[in-house]
Amino acid sequence: MKFKVNGHEVFASTGGRPFDKKKPLIIFVHGSGLTHMTWVLQTRYFAFHGYNSLAVDLPGHGLSSGESLKSIEEMADWVSDVIDAVGHKEASLVGHSQGCLVTVECTSRYPSKIKTLSLMGGAGAIPMNPELLSLAENNDPKAVDLMMDWAHGPAGHFGGHPVPGLYHINTGTMLAKSRTIQNTLGVDFRACDNYKNGFEAAKKIKCPTLSILATDDKMCPVKEGKKLASLIDGSQVDIIDNCGHMMLLEEADRVLTVLKKFITTNYPPLSS
Amino acid sequence: MSDKKKELKPNTYKFDTLSLHAGYQPHKNAGSRQVPIYQTTSYLFDDVDHAAALFNLERGGHIYSRISNPTVGVLEERVASLEGGTAALATSSGMSAIFLTVMTLCEAGDHLVVSSQLYGGTVNLFRLTLPKFGIKCTFVKPRDTEGFKKAIQKNTKGIFGELVGNPGNEIMNMPEIAKIAHDAGIPLMVDATYQTPYLCKPFEHGADIVIHSLTKWMAGHGSSMAGILVEGGKFDWMQNDKFPTMTKPYEGYHGLSFAEEFGPTAFTMKARAEGMRDFGPCLSPQNAWNVLQGIETLSVRMKKHCSNAEEMVKYLSNHESVAWVSHPSVPDHPDHELAKKLLPNGRGSMIAFGIKGGKDAGVAFINNVKLASHLANVGDTRTLVIHPASGTHSQMDEATLKFAGLSHDMIRLSVGIEDIDDIKNDFEIGFRAARKPRLVSNQ
Repeated sequence: MKFKVNGHEVFASTGGRPFDKKKPLIIFVHGSGLTHMTWVLQTRYFAFHGYNSLAVDLPGHGLSSGESLKSIEEMADWVSDVIDAVGHKEASLVGHSQGCLVTVECTSRYPSKIKTLSLMGGAGAIPMNPELLSLAENNDPKAVDLMMDWAHGPAGHFGGHPVPGLYHINTGTMLAKSRTIQNTLGVDFRACDNYKNGFEAAKKIKCPTLSILATDDKMCPVKEGKKLASLIDGSQVDIIDNCGHMMLLEEADRVLTVLKKFITTNYPPLSS
Repeated sequence: MSDKKKELKPNTYKFDTLSLHAGYQPHKNAGSRQVPIYQTTSYLFDDVDHAAALFNLERGGHIYSRISNPTVGVLEERVASLEGGTAALATSSGMSAIFLTVMTLCEAGDHLVVSSQLYGGTVNLFRLTLPKFGIKCTFVKPRDTEGFKKAIQKNTKGIFGELVGNPGNEIMNMPEIAKIAHDAGIPLMVDATYQTPYLCKPFEHGADIVIHSLTKWMAGHGSSMAGILVEGGKFDWMQNDKFPTMTKPYEGYHGLSFAEEFGPTAFTMKARAEGMRDFGPCLSPQNAWNVLQGIETLSVRMKKHCSNAEEMVKYLSNHESVAWVSHPSVPDHPDHELAKKLLPNGRGSMIAFGIKGGKDAGVAFINNVKLASHLANVGDTRTLVIHPASGTHSQMDEATLKFAGLSHDMIRLSVGIEDIDDIKNDFEIGFRAARKPRLVSNQ
């Protein structure tokens, strides 16, 4: 569906179901340079089971218009604006990678609006490799190739996509190259690198929180994810073996099972 | 110790490694080093919720082997990885891959622009069968790049061609024709069976959908029928209103919009969800496994195919019984320079040549070679020959044969990987026999 936030058109996948204001809202926030499509193996389930499932394209990404937002703080405010724009008072947030920084910041800023927080491949800070940052800011496609290499674990490099016939790494590459690299990945990487408030923001979070981490995650290692989780009261942690940073694709079923249990328990769906 | 900073390089697997490993993780398959053959029609659901989730495309997995199968899935992922594509869908033959591609793209009332130099079965599909479904085609000679542009109509939904035409070896100027297609907001579909991804990756030259008959070089062993369509993932289905079945809510899946939901894999998802469900040209797991065995040695075989082909080109070009030779490696081939650009790893192993003495000589040659097999296939590890005018293209009338660039003296040769001297010796037997009728008639 399309709607406007701050005068710019926003695209969000509703998981193939019409938006229904009576249903509780889950917002999925993608990682650096990516789009709503990374969530396809999570969003459709919730959409068919009593939720409004909104996998947003951040401004300037995917099918959303406008320019990319330059800081994690701006993105956090934007997510809050999305909740207002679709006519809801509250939401459950799910973030991946950079999306974790955004949703952590958003939850700390708008505690009354956010009912649960789910973090995948999250950390309190994501400092960027300077060379990778420079490649992305200079529109070099090698930045995408490096990101796809590092984002997939050793097992993920062989493929084995849960949806028959899809090849992880090439699909991710196409998503990241679907808009101008320097305007999406370059801006996002810089925003991640600049963001320093993650650990402080985490301390303010009081809602039920889940962290899904992966043993072979090179971009946000388990150690960093655990450090973030330790600052959030009562945070649950689930660690997936043999999996890299793209756990939402590499181990989509496992992620969905854990996410489903967590969200339905803490933020029940509208019963039919 | 040098303090020179090490340049960052992506360590994703390369072609030869992907040929052996892509799409398969042993630790998820009881540690089986070889890809298992999942010889089953259907798959247990965990519970009712799980079943509904699979049917609604809420999660990945298998329901019924007409739609997908784990062994076939490995093949699909492997070919997608080798082509640099986002997704692939394997079918029971190359022809069914072409049909499924067209039926996923088009509706009754649509139009396609098609290269005139195609395998005979493909010509018949576009010329005779698709019109029965309300899909019309305009044929354009592959070298007539401007002709492709002129043939595009308001209702044109795509351009289709074989990168190197069968059997005349005319090469489509893929980058230019891709630009023509994209300027018109339509995709370019390329049958790259002759090349395999070892010789050419059409997505790097602008193609949007690549099709293979896997029966040929990809498998190599000539034991199994199989086809595949591969998606490049770059084509924007939402750029115009030409593809409503990709972009509008689809009744068959609760109002799903394939383009919105699946983006760079939307075409394959639709081809599977709709095409395999409704037409059902599925690949058997046994044949998928057989093809996988061939793909493991693809680059090794293609090198030998190409080196043998170049030797045969030299041999034929200097032979007294040969009137002409067509192969992109020949310097005076009209597409020689284009071939160097599009086929840097080798020009392929298909040769067309004209035998002196015309049709009678051609028939005598075919009937007398002993090592080369006379059959309607190409891309076997064994050397194959056929006389197209009386074989693969025999259902064409005289005018269509001429338009397709075929002549009665043409022999189509698919060079195998046997010892090159044995192939040449066999051809000498064929040429001797071919000369005999003329010697008799001259007396």
